[in-house]
Amino acid sequence: MLHYVLKRIGGAILVLVVVALIAFVLFRFVGDPINQMVGQDVSVADRERLRQMLGLDDSIVVQLARFLWNALHFDFGVSYQFKEKVTTLVAARFPATFELSLAASIFAIVVGIPVGAYTGIRPKALMSRAFMALSLIGVSLPTFLIGILLIYVFAVRLQWLPSYGRGETVQIGFWRTGFLTKSGLAALVMPSITLGLFQLTLIARLVRAEMLEVMRADFIRFARARGLSERAVNFRHALKNTLVPVVTIIGLQIGSIVAFSIITETVFQWPGMGLLFITSVQNADIPVMAAYLMMVAIIFVTINLTVDLLYLAIDPRIRLGSAQA
Amino acid sequence: MNRLRRILGSDLLWSFTRSPGAMIAATVAFGLCLCALFAPLIAPQNPFDLASLDLMDARDPPVWLSGGDHRFLLGSDSQGRDILSAIFFGARISIGVSLASVALALVIGVSLGLVAGYFGGRVEAIVMRAADVQLTFPAILTALLINGAARAVLGPGRVAGSEFWVLVISIGLSFWVQYARTVRASTLVERHKDYVAAARLIGASAPRIMFTHVLPNVLGPVLVIATINLALAIITEATLSFLGVGLPPSQPSLGTLVRTGNDYLMSGEWWIVFFPGVALAALALSVNIIGDWLRDALNPRLR
Amino acid sequence: MREAALPEAQVGIEGFQMKKTTVFMAFALGVALAMPAAPAAAVTFRHAFQGDLKGLDPYTLNETFTQAMLGNVYEGLTRRDANLKIVPGLAESWETPEPTRWRFHLRRGVKFAGGEPFTADDVIFSFDRVRQPESEFKTRVPSDARIEKIDDYTIDFVLARPNPTLPAEWDTWYILSKSWAEANGATNVQPATGAQLNAFALKSNGTGPYIITSHEPGVKTTFKKNPGWWGWKDAPGNVDEVVFTTIKQDATRVAALLSGELDMIEPVPVQDMQRVASNSTTDMLAGPELRTIHLFMDQKRDELKYSSVKGKNPFKDIRVRKAFYEAIDIEAIKTKVMRGMSTPAALLITPQLYSRAGEFKRLPYDPADAKKLLAEAGYPDGFELTMHCPNDRYVNDEQICLAVTSMLAKIGVKAKLEALPKAVFFGRAGLAGGYDTSFGMLGWTPSGFDSLNIFQNLTGCRDDKGNGSPFNYGGYCNPKVDALIPKISVETDPEKRLDYITQAYRMLTDDVSHIPLHQQALSWGVSKKVKLVQRADDILLYQWVVKSE
Repeated sequence: MLHYVLKRIGGAILVLVVVALIAFVLFRFVGDPINQMVGQDVSVADRERLRQMLGLDDSIVVQLARFLWNALHFDFGVSYQFKEKVTTLVAARFPATFELSLAASIFAIVVGIPVGAYTGIRPKALMSRAFMALSLIGVSLPTFLIGILLIYVFAVRLQWLPSYGRGETVQIGFWRTGFLTKSGLAALVMPSITLGLFQLTLIARLVRAEMLEVMRADFIRFARARGLSERAVNFRHALKNTLVPVVTIIGLQIGSIVAFSIITETVFQWPGMGLLFITSVQNADIPVMAAYLMMVAIIFVTINLTVDLLYLAIDPRIRLGSAQA
Repeated sequence: MNRLRRILGSDLLWSFTRSPGAMIAATVAFGLCLCALFAPLIAPQNPFDLASLDLMDARDPPVWLSGGDHRFLLGSDSQGRDILSAIFFGARISIGVSLASVALALVIGVSLGLVAGYFGGRVEAIVMRAADVQLTFPAILTALLINGAARAVLGPGRVAGSEFWVLVISIGLSFWVQYARTVRASTLVERHKDYVAAARLIGASAPRIMFTHVLPNVLGPVLVIATINLALAIITEATLSFLGVGLPPSQPSLGTLVRTGNDYLMSGEWWIVFFPGVALAALALSVNIIGDWLRDALNPRLR
Repeated sequence: MREAALPEAQVGIEGFQMKKTTVFMAFALGVALAMPAAPAAAVTFRHAFQGDLKGLDPYTLNETFTQAMLGNVYEGLTRRDANLKIVPGLAESWETPEPTRWRFHLRRGVKFAGGEPFTADDVIFSFDRVRQPESEFKTRVPSDARIEKIDDYTIDFVLARPNPTLPAEWDTWYILSKSWAEANGATNVQPATGAQLNAFALKSNGTGPYIITSHEPGVKTTFKKNPGWWGWKDAPGNVDEVVFTTIKQDATRVAALLSGELDMIEPVPVQDMQRVASNSTTDMLAGPELRTIHLFMDQKRDELKYSSVKGKNPFKDIRVRKAFYEAIDIEAIKTKVMRGMSTPAALLITPQLYSRAGEFKRLPYDPADAKKLLAEAGYPDGFELTMHCPNDRYVNDEQICLAVTSMLAKIGVKAKLEALPKAVFFGRAGLAGGYDTSFGMLGWTPSGFDSLNIFQNLTGCRDDKGNGSPFNYGGYCNPKVDALIPKISVETDPEKRLDYITQAYRMLTDDVSHIPLHQQALSWGVSKKVKLVQRADDILLYQWVVKSE
């Protein structure tokens, strides 16, 4: 058991190191950051001087060592484009992405599970069929198109919701939240729907599939045979049993929420890390890119590790399996 | 082998004829593929032939609206390009990117999965660790990064013209993990079965066993993933185009058409984005429906 | 059996659902309340641009928009009024007692935002600081100029040679406080690398009408009114607070203006101008801009790069250049690509800045003659080449280039278009990339608003290191034009100077050195609640903004 846990943690650290290495290699190719940094009419000599200041003329080994050492301390230096400490920038942007992802996940879960359960219990009903068709349309439209359509309808035509940004925010310690103001909550609506839609369909379809399977299981038949109400069977027994795989998938999908937030944040000008990342890619802002990638990697590795360990706690078969291995 | 034939044969066909959704989807997908394949023959205009474009034809509405021009059935875009022809040629590129990238992912993923599952040990550890690392990043992010690296390696001068392959590589490389994991899992199960032992006993080589005996038995789930990935690849390509790393407007895919047409949504020239958007959604949707149906049809538990 | 299979998991999930419910209620509340309007006594002006303020140290980066925005906070010795005329700023008046000596009389009673009084020492400090190696504004003052303090409010600039346009760009050479800089350890210019962030990079301390209260890079910058500014008596503005946001997506930006979330956006994409203009709550301000868009052609290399022509450079033949020029249907570009929002140009400068521009006409659109010229030059079937354009720099830049390639196709020239993001484009086609291009698009606004800037930067001979005219991407070279530069730069008689300038333009057009296309229109979308001044250099100063509720 301890052996298994240690092995997983070791694996997670290895993953982080590999990501750092890959990131470093990629950065060699994203382009010359000096061009993004200075005005057009800066002389070649001045550019050379800046390159030296940044240590871009050192050997690759020296640069790699410096990069890894700094990454270890989560010190990524100063953003080339914004001339501000990367850690400050990320700390300022992280709450925005976190709150958006949270709202999107909640939206996906709160709508997705009931819909999935319903369609699983009554697969032949008209509503179920309609929803399954809709969900397919949902995954067949690119996220950005959905976002733009929402803006067009709800911001421009109906003028119900703001089209960009986070609205008013409240600073609580280091955290800047949009949950506490009316405009902050209004600004969350469209981005979180856009971001959550894909997860919603995924969750609904997963719950549906699991429900279809569970409904056939012996213990459900048994419960029915005992004369329990349909409601009790459906919710207390069937749905509950579908939730383990669903929670796993939700956990694993947090990663793709973070990734798709790049697109959603671009469309809605949401001041989060995704927007920061895409502008840093466009501007060859290597320190920001490095910080973002490491951060995403850490989030993922943590989630994977947690899911693994949770499984370990939940499912004794894995414990057994690992003992054999 | 027999099972595969059986699955692909009567059962599947039977299920297909009883699923109107799948039949409609297959018709739409097939129709779009035909249009794409024969685009140079059936399109009213060649949108890549710059000499045939006339700026004075720009932004004509569809033919049934006032101001429409009979040459442009679905209207024209900001360069005087016929939208219908652009859709045909765009579908050609979108389908091409999606097929090629899924094929790439398939080849890489299936071979690695087979090898890992069959040999186990260190090989398996390396492949699966690599898969873990890659899974650390969502596909779209991976594609974005590979795309950036490929462009940088090629240099600005040589990217033009090779965007297609850059896209194929970035999408393909970001999709392989799923295949590898599925195939490995199935292979692990299959390799302990009697028929594999039997094949080994009669002296069949490892590659032979893997490809002729194990592979057909893991193909079902792979086929489902591949179909759904086809749709996902189309969407991913469109998204990369939106983020500005897709195909250039002079050589547009459906995704590029939607991105550029998007600029005209607010100004009332809706047809520039609407029809390519519909085509894109119809293509992805029909492929998704087929994938959905295939999954249900291949899952004996659901029958 | 009643308790289902996995008790541990269940606890976790129920806890999760509880939290979920409360948050969801808050979320639903937000939906119900929808768009809030926050009426406040203070007047807030909401402004969005596609780009960002790229740093706050006013000497670090020479980029038009950043420097223009800092003009709300800092001031130069001179300013430019609504019509771009040079007017007194921190200097109340100036004279030239001798051609090489400029005397400036400084404004009295001016204070920096931090309370420091403004004196001659601040000008001397700024003079030294702007010439530091890290400064990108070194050329604001001639390198061999000296400064002499006469008294606390009088300053002399002593030049090595006469310079009739010395203060032309001093409206964006901002004067900083010496004592504040010393107290905050910011006497050195913030390097562009972002290393050692100094006080000027983190906060502002100017003499201008507004003070930056917060700056979130890439997101939002807020300004508040500086009630003690000396100029309020002549400025109509009534805005107490400005919220500036970066919105990169065109559609999102336009949507935010139409829905009333913003008071002003720039730029409005041309396809949406009609919509913004006809909307009941917004107006379109589309005055002509000073920038002239042109096409450059590589006339320097002996073999054209990225072309089917080997061993020679077709652009060295004036007939080819002329053929390209005549192939372009500028009216079609105007009506179809620019939707009327452009003024076709015959010169590399706008008529607004050159009074004799009317003497010049564009070459006519004549594809037949263009084909003939190509044939005479030895290319009856045309040739292939690559065109490089930015795709996020000028109004519809990529669309214009696409249109040009299609027009060239009609005379047999197959131009392959590579449209690149501006960062890549300038890194490649410009000095930094060794002018790695053979044909493409560039736009130019003469800073200082004078033709001399064009001859110095755009049309003069250059070497591969950028000595000469660094922005002469095509490398056109006519020593006779260059010979006029020193004459123009020291000539103090306006008539004579204009004559030299006209001679230079005459030679450039006769040589078909470049293909001028047009001046694009400014594209500001403004709420009807707002009255402001649109300057032709695309710069908005908040002191001219009047907003009514």
